Parts: sequence; structure tokens; C-alpha cells
Amino acid sequence: MREVVLVRPGDFAEWRDVARGLLAGGVRPEDVSWRGAEDGASLFGDDAPPASGATVSLPRELLAMADRVICHRDPAVPARLYRIVWRALRDRQLLARRTDPDIDWLSKIDKAIRRDIHKMHAFVRFRRLGEEAGRERFAAWFEPDHRILRLTAPFFQRRFYGMDWAIVTPDARAIWHDETLTYGPGGTKDEVPDSDVVEDQWRTYYGAIFNPARVKIDAMRAEMPKKYWKNLPEAQDIAPLLAGAAARVERMRETAVSLANPQTDKWRTRVPEALALTDDIDTLDDLARAVGGCTRCPLHCNATQAVVGEGPAAARIMLVGEQPGDREDLEGRPFVGPAGQVLHEALDEAGLDRQRLFLTNAVKHFKFEPRGKRRLHQNPTTGEIDICRWWLDKERALVQPDLIVTLGGSALRGVTGKSMSIASMRGAVHELGGGTKLIATIHPSFLLRLPDRVRAAEERAAFVADLARVRELAA
Amino acid sequence: MSGKPILEKLSILADAAKYDASCASSGTVKRDSTGTKGIGSTEGMGICHSYAPDGRCISLLKILLTNFCIYDCRFCINRASSNVPRARFNPQEVVRLTLDFYKRNYIEGLFLSSGIIRSEDYTMEQLVEVARILREEHRFGGYIHLKTIAGAAPELIARAGLYADRLSTNVELPTEAGLQSFAPEKKPETIRKTMASVRVGADDAIEAANGRLLKKAKPPRFAPAGQSTQMIVGADGSRDDDILATATNLYSGYHLRRVYYSAYSPIPDASSDLPPVRPPLMREHRLYQADWLLRFYGFQRAEIMEGASGGMLDLSIDPKLAWALMRRDIFPVDINRAPRELLLRVPGLGTRAVERIVAVRRTGKLRIGDLAKLTASVKKVLPFIVTPDWRPGSLTDSASLRARFAPPAEQLSLAL
Repeated sequence: MREVVLVRPGDFAEWRDVARGLLAGGVRPEDVSWRGAEDGASLFGDDAPPASGATVSLPRELLAMADRVICHRDPAVPARLYRIVWRALRDRQLLARRTDPDIDWLSKIDKAIRRDIHKMHAFVRFRRLGEEAGRERFAAWFEPDHRILRLTAPFFQRRFYGMDWAIVTPDARAIWHDETLTYGPGGTKDEVPDSDVVEDQWRTYYGAIFNPARVKIDAMRAEMPKKYWKNLPEAQDIAPLLAGAAARVERMRETAVSLANPQTDKWRTRVPEALALTDDIDTLDDLARAVGGCTRCPLHCNATQAVVGEGPAAARIMLVGEQPGDREDLEGRPFVGPAGQVLHEALDEAGLDRQRLFLTNAVKHFKFEPRGKRRLHQNPTTGEIDICRWWLDKERALVQPDLIVTLGGSALRGVTGKSMSIASMRGAVHELGGGTKLIATIHPSFLLRLPDRVRAAEERAAFVADLARVRELAA
Repeated sequence: MSGKPILEKLSILADAAKYDASCASSGTVKRDSTGTKGIGSTEGMGICHSYAPDGRCISLLKILLTNFCIYDCRFCINRASSNVPRARFNPQEVVRLTLDFYKRNYIEGLFLSSGIIRSEDYTMEQLVEVARILREEHRFGGYIHLKTIAGAAPELIARAGLYADRLSTNVELPTEAGLQSFAPEKKPETIRKTMASVRVGADDAIEAANGRLLKKAKPPRFAPAGQSTQMIVGADGSRDDDILATATNLYSGYHLRRVYYSAYSPIPDASSDLPPVRPPLMREHRLYQADWLLRFYGFQRAEIMEGASGGMLDLSIDPKLAWALMRRDIFPVDINRAPRELLLRVPGLGTRAVERIVAVRRTGKLRIGDLAKLTASVKKVLPFIVTPDWRPGSLTDSASLRARFAPPAEQLSLAL
């Protein structure tokens, strides 16, 4: 039996060097007895651990866990860790075997350490010592369950670089000074001030943020166990807050509803707007304002906003699409999404100046089906198109274009009020009455949906040709 | 107006802020104070620095800049017609409090909201100014959550995104009808437009970051912890189905990180048409569970509602279990062979337990005795699974299965 004495409890390097040496020497776990210095080392000359130059490479994930777990106060930890390392070298899958008793133990103990670290990050309370050379100085007393100071101090360094601080625990202390982190021996609570001026504010905040109508003591104690309370300035208020909670709620309930604050009318500068649809729509701006309150069909409930047409009021050509898509809905402008991109490129190719076009849609709100983080486009029903026609007609009346180009079937329905196939209408110029002409073509999103590249190129060429005819007609 | 002592202001303005449920400080980028030599860091996972006796985490200094408000939303403690005492911080006071608290390790950062004074733009400007001072004048690297004031100019929201980790706009009530009757001055469209501009800001920042010519150039920042919202539960007549429908729409449209559900809780000087009852905490809890099923368990809203009745979730059992009891044809499933998506549907198995099962079954067959090492809720899982040494037999289909899990009636009324 080989005896190993660890003189620095919780020190990872010491354990690792010993473990490496033992592994290199092929020493089986059952042949080693691990002892802490405080147990009183055996007097017999025990073999000095073999030189740490020995190279045994250990799984990285296991080393990271060992680094934490060695801080655990359970004296059995060094030996059991050695056994796990021994086994891991012979079974590369060992760590994945969560149901293995050793790995189950390791995961549990590692979890305890990680929780201890997390709670230390959370519950350390600094108290101000004063200022030195322009730097504020703070100190904290904390009692972690395990020897985790070296695992937590770097966190405080990253967070509080710009001030000087010390954290004193029973086992050790960490000091951040002169932009250097050093460790020293453990200390006592009275090394740290017993109050801080800001604690009154903190306790006031703690009391005010508590909602007496939803007392849940168990939930609080599960996350902030009582053992931490003695070093938390706010914890002294828990009992009085709880004692007064029921009465506070009762008072809220009993208090008869009071008269409105006499200042109400002075403060309230917003009065509910009348949402009635106005018939006084004389400009495109009026229309944009009015359509925001449209509730003629249910689409307004889920869409972000109504998207009205865009372009000069005196435009001679009006392009009508189907409805805003995801991007149009977010930005509140027509044809700014992927289909808009296709349209703009085709317009350029056909030689149409889009600054002179009026672009709009048959339906003003986006219709979609939510699917996780995406909104899937849904075609509007003929009912929805017909209801929204009221707005399209208003736009037509205000712009009075000579030529309307419908993109896709919904637009054709919106403009004509009838369901017709694009194929039967395409390639010809139709009269809409009042001297307005109609050209029907596909919606650019159709091109985005074609999987066959050859067919897509053909369809795109036909689309550009339709637009070129528009240019000629308007010339 | 600003004559009140700081403790009194803090008390009024924290009291007024507590009805906002969010206190999250996670999900943002990693940063620390080494480079700036200031203070403040964020490391992905947020930290709860304390817990109030209501069981809620205290991670941020959650306060209002002011509780004066020109709006009169009836569910709100700060509505214009309420007689609560009023106070107002100036930006420097908030900065001071934040830094003082932060240096003592009380908080992860600041969650600043406000009643609306003068105008939406003016209020938003004030909030942005606090964040700007913290970041630029004090090199503060901690977490900042700013409330976006619905209706504020998009340029102000863009500036807020520059300094804040998270932005949030509360929809408050799940349906348009609810909002119209309880907050007639607020337009749902304005709220949605504000959330849309936050999403556009975030999308544009990502696009700009990907399109950088030099990868070393600093990517533009826009609220790296995303946006969230809150809905009040139980103030109006909305059903759980309505609430989840709205949540689904918001997640898909505005890429929210979180929707918070806040049980309506009686407020001082309440408006007469609100329920003076205990907050429906169990209902709130079930909604959170359903929300998790939507986001992490591959459930569709319609499926969750299969286990509900009249559009309301079952209060006595969790929504996954309620669904499973309606869909027993799917069970039991073989723990050793079922795909991950199916394991996620087993009552009692959480995402982490499923990950463990999937990982460990590659190394050998799982037996019933192993299960306790992978999940804490073996008893709940048993009727729904098969292992080489366990078959639930008639248990899966037994009529009394629900009674095994539902608490006795009197206990339930306490939990409410």
C-alpha cells in the first residue's frame, strides 16, 4: 500500500502531479491510500511521489471537472478521483456512462461545486473601506461550503477590474490590488467592516421590490438557503417583510376605491382616439392614417401594421401586389423583402424607373401562420381581398393611374373584383373603364418558389417582357 | 418634484417597478472590465444576487425613472388617475445607485423603465441618456435592460439598442379587445410597430456584421440579449388559448427571447373594475410550462390545447401530462429506441434528462434502475415508458392515471 499525503487541500496542481506520477508508475487505485495533512501524515517514509515529469495525458473534460471537484471538502475525493482517472484511461467512454456509480458520484459532486461557485458569485457582499490613490477599496467576508475561492476570484477580477478588493474566507483570501490578484491565508469575519452606507438603500430596494401578494417562502429558500443569510445585509428584513405581508394585502383589498387623483386631467394629454373610419380621405397621408385603424377583417389582429402604397401621388403606373410579407410588415413599406428585390431587379432590366411608379398591395395586412421563429405566408381569401378592396379603390381614386399592373392572382381579384386566371389575361392590354388600362402578370414571389432553374429563368424573362410592355405602353 | 430624499424615491420607484416580472440578465454577449479598466462584466449566464420572500430572483436594479404618467391604463399602479405617491429620479441619481449597488455585488445591472411624461420620445430619450452615461462616462460593462416606450421614434430605439443588452415592450393584455377596454389610449399597432423596429434593428446589425469587409472590424451592436415582452394574466377575460396564440405570434414575428406572464396582482389604489383577488399564480405557472413546451419541446399550440378544456389549461396537472393523458395511443415509448422528439413528449422528462438519455444509451441498454440517475421524476415517467425490465401494462390506459398525479382538491385551492 502506497501512502500519499496532500498538504494543500483543494489544490489541483498538487493532486494532479501526484496522480500523474502514480499513473505513470502503474499504481492501481486500490494500492494507494490518500491522506490529508490534517489527518496527521504517517511517519513512515512513504515513497515520494514519482517525479511529475511523467507524461500521462488525461481527458480534458475530466481534468476540468477534477479541477473543480478537488475543492470539495469530502476527504474521499482525491482517492475516488484517482480511481475515475485510472478507469478513464482504460475506458474512453467512461464519462458518457452517466449511470456508472463513479460517474454518477462525480456528476453529483461536480454539480455541488458548481452550485457553490454560483452562489458565491451571487452572494458575496462588498463593503467599502475608502479610497486610495483615486481607487475605491472594498472588502467582503464569505463562507463557501467548499474550498472554491481560487475558482471564483477570477470572476471577481473580470468584473471589478477598476476597483481594489479583498474577499476573505475561513480557508483563504483573495486580494485584487495594483491590477494583480494574489492569494493569502484564511481570516475572520471581523477583518471586514460590519456595515456600508449603501446598505440602507439596498435594504429599502429589497423591501420595495417584494410583492406581498405573492409570498413564496419555499421558492426563496430553495435558491437562497438560510445558511447564507448571516452574511447578506438584506436577509435581516425577510422576517419583518413576511410578518407584514398579509396585512398589506388586506389593506389594499379593504381600501375603498378612492376618487381619481385630482391631477388626472391635467396629466392626461392622450385621449382615446376615435377609431371610426373616416370618409374624409383626401390625400394619401389621410389614407395611411385611416388604414391604421382598420378592423374590417381579422387580419389586423396579428399583423404589425397596415402597409399602404408608396410612390408619387401623380404616378401614371400603379403596380399592385398581393399583400405585405414578413419584412414589409416589420418595416411598414411595400416590396422591401425578397420578392421586392426580385421585382426591383426586373423593373431595372425592363427600363422602368421605380421612382415614378406607385407600388401597393391588394391586401394591406400581412396574413401568416406562426411556426416557431418564422411566419409562414398565407394567401388571403377572396373575402379578405374583397373587404380590403375598399382601400385599394381609395388609392386608385387618389392616384388615378393610366395603367395598372397586377402582380399575381390576388392583385387581379383586388383590382377587377373577379377571380380570373392570369394565363387568360396575360399578354394583352385590358380596359378597366374610365380610360384606365390593365396589364396582368405574375407575382415576383412565384419566381422565388420555382425549384427548376431553367424554368425559373424562362419565367423571369417572361416577367421582364411583361414589364417592358408596360414601359412601351406608358411611353 | 425632485425634492424627496433618495430613500423615499427609491422606495416609490422600485415599488412601482415590481409588476414587471422580468429580471433576467442572461443571454447577452461575453464582456468584462479587463479591457476598459472600469467595472462590469457579463458572462452569458445571469446571476440572481438575491431572492425576495415572493420567491422571485433579484438580479437587476429594477426601477422606474418616474411613476408620473400621462396614460391611464386601468391595470397599472402608475396610471394618471391613481393616488399613489409620485417621484422622479434624475438620470444621475439612477447612474449613482446602479454603480453603488453594482460595486457591492448586489446586482448584475439595471432594468430601467418609466411612466410616460411629456411624450413618448422625451421619455425614451431620458432612458437612453441613463444608459449612455453608464456606458460612456463610467465604462460600465454590466447588464442593461431598457424598456422601449411604445411609439417612440425608431432613431431613439436604435440608440437604445446601442447601449442596452435587452429591450422590452410590454403588450400588457393578450387581446386587442382587452387592451381597448383597459388601456384605451394605447394602440396595439403602436406596440407591435415598436417591437418590429427592435427586430429590424437586430436583423440589420447581424447583416452588417456578416457583411463586414474586415472581420476584425468591430461589429455593430444591437441589444445582444434580444427583446422580451410581458402579458398580464387574469386582469381581463382572456383565455389561456388567447394568451398562447398571442405569444406564438410574438415569438414568430419579433423573435422575442421571452414572453413573461405576470399574474395580475392587486395594486394599491386599484381601479374598481379589476379583480381584488389573490394573483392566479398557478395559472401563471401553467402558462410558463406551456410556453416552454412551445419553445423547447416541439409542441404546437393546438396540441397543448388538446389537454385543456374551454381554452383553459388544467390547473392541477402540468400541460405536457394533460396532453399525454389525451394521447395515450402514443405511449408507452421505448426509452432505448425512441427518437429524441418523442422522448421530449414523455411526461416527467425535461430537455436535460432527454439529452442524458440519448447520450448514455449509446453506451449500453438503459434499465429501469438507471433512470433515477438521469431524471428526478421516475414515478411520473413510469406509466409512459418501456425498458427491457419494465412494462407499464394496463397502467398507461388505466382510468385512474390522472388521479395518480392530480393533487387532492383542497391542496389545489391553497396553491391558487
